[in-house]
Amino acid sequence: MTSFLRSIAAEFAKIFTTRLWWILALVLFGYIGLLAGGLAALFSGLQSGVISPDTVNTGGGALSGFGSLPPIIYSFASSVGYVFPVLIGALATTGEFRHQTLTPTFLAIPRRGVVLGAKTVTLLLVGAAFGLIALAASVGIGGGVMSAFGVDALLLDSETWLLVARSVLAMALWAAIGVGLGVLVPNQVASIVIVLAFTQFVEPLLRLAASFLEVTAKIGNFLPGAASDALVGASIFTVMNPAGAAPLDWWQGGLVLLGYALVATVIGYAVSWKKDVS
Amino acid sequence: MPTGALIEFTNISKRFGGVTAVNDLSFTVEPGRVTGFLGPNGAGKTTSLRILLGLVAASSGTATFGGVRYRDLPHPLKTVGAALEAASFHPGRSARDHLGVYAIAAGLPRTRVLEVLTQVGLAAHAAQRVGGYSLGMRQRLGLAYALLGDPGVLVLDEPINGLDPEGIRWIRGFLRDMAAEGRTILVSSHLLSEVQQSVDDVVIIARGELVHLGPLSSLDTDAAAQTIVDSPDRENLATALTAAGITFTTGRTGLIAATSDPALLGHLAFEAGVELSVLHRQKAGLEDSFLALVGGGHSL
Repeated sequence: MTSFLRSIAAEFAKIFTTRLWWILALVLFGYIGLLAGGLAALFSGLQSGVISPDTVNTGGGALSGFGSLPPIIYSFASSVGYVFPVLIGALATTGEFRHQTLTPTFLAIPRRGVVLGAKTVTLLLVGAAFGLIALAASVGIGGGVMSAFGVDALLLDSETWLLVARSVLAMALWAAIGVGLGVLVPNQVASIVIVLAFTQFVEPLLRLAASFLEVTAKIGNFLPGAASDALVGASIFTVMNPAGAAPLDWWQGGLVLLGYALVATVIGYAVSWKKDVS
Repeated sequence: MPTGALIEFTNISKRFGGVTAVNDLSFTVEPGRVTGFLGPNGAGKTTSLRILLGLVAASSGTATFGGVRYRDLPHPLKTVGAALEAASFHPGRSARDHLGVYAIAAGLPRTRVLEVLTQVGLAAHAAQRVGGYSLGMRQRLGLAYALLGDPGVLVLDEPINGLDPEGIRWIRGFLRDMAAEGRTILVSSHLLSEVQQSVDDVVIIARGELVHLGPLSSLDTDAAAQTIVDSPDRENLATALTAAGITFTTGRTGLIAATSDPALLGHLAFEAGVELSVLHRQKAGLEDSFLALVGGGHSL
């Protein structure tokens, strides 16, 4: 086996020999399941007339703007769940600095670029697995709830499964962005704060602010969350924000996400990964 | 049986900003012997070892194993085993999994993990998370990592730190056995007394520079010898020494005179008519020679 393949196998072993991965996976599944199931119940209840529009005070008119409900519900996996692959990617990288495991790692495989490449490949796959877990929650629970309310869950529609595939790709790329962030900001606490602050607060605000003008809306499309939603093809955020500029094509969104991951990783390699380990 | 390679430091220097941590360091470490790499804390030992292992980039110079830089070794863990001072473990990972990760990375059989854990006496704690390990257990786990590839060269940074007396005894025997098998052993310490029972050769550095190099016996000099002399009439003895121009300090058991010649003091006392109660030469120990080397010659 080449050192690259051995390095990938070792990176997988690192992920699966601590408890972090299944704790994050469990929280991801529960969080997305609750959100997708809850909102699927609310909207399909409204759509099917089981819940009266007056009780939730939305006014029946707003519903028509949602178009088809299932893609919105299913896309919660990535539009809300993307913070989880970013976190596991960032923690997998910053943990090496924090616990000084770069020393035994680089002693076993002295080619540092090989190690970082292996980590990126590993986290792409782990991110994809997180995507599958999140989709199991959004499609499984959300789709089940919609079916229970008599709303067509579109499970036989090829569009649905294309959305699922694109969501898996988006989650994989988000984990690679996490690796890039981890080498860019090796301090674990700082890295986690950046992930949470940016994904939960800064970017949603920026996207909202950008949507007011056409020029800024076009720039706003290149924010990582917006690019991710474009790649997936549906999101609760774009629905809430119908006046904005037309989003990027799905493949453009994917390339933008890939670009963020590459730029962060390459700069991080130079500023922290190849520096002295002491 | 793995054979040891020659370790060569050639004109290694390392500057951090304006501070020179290691300055033009050159020495070789022979296979089949235990070499002590000694110097006070902050002398540049850890930096030198990390340069040797490719973890820190030298500002200039090269460090090699049998002529090959660490990062160019085709099978690094099978050639060189290193245990460095810092505790490099994820606290949530068991010892078995910790070693397993690097066995995979180095392409070593997984059976090696339990073998080395047994060798360092940790087999009973293999499944325990490292976060619950004592300092001594962590030292042993670090050593287990170094042994994973059954390497011909061992580089150990302060391996005795934190070990209990039983552990210290064990590691001394272990180092002797490893060297007897023909391996190259480089072991650092800031205390000569910690390793003097195990080492054949010493490399002593201070303030980043080489100050002494040679077999352990080369430290056994009487350059710093003193003579202890005392009398029931210490006052007159002191006067006699002062008159003869011999400097001395007053110690607990008498006057400590800066001369290696007891006969001279005996003669002075006889001339002055002072009765002697104590007169013996005190040979400087290895530790004194070591301290004189690392502290002497430069103002601190």
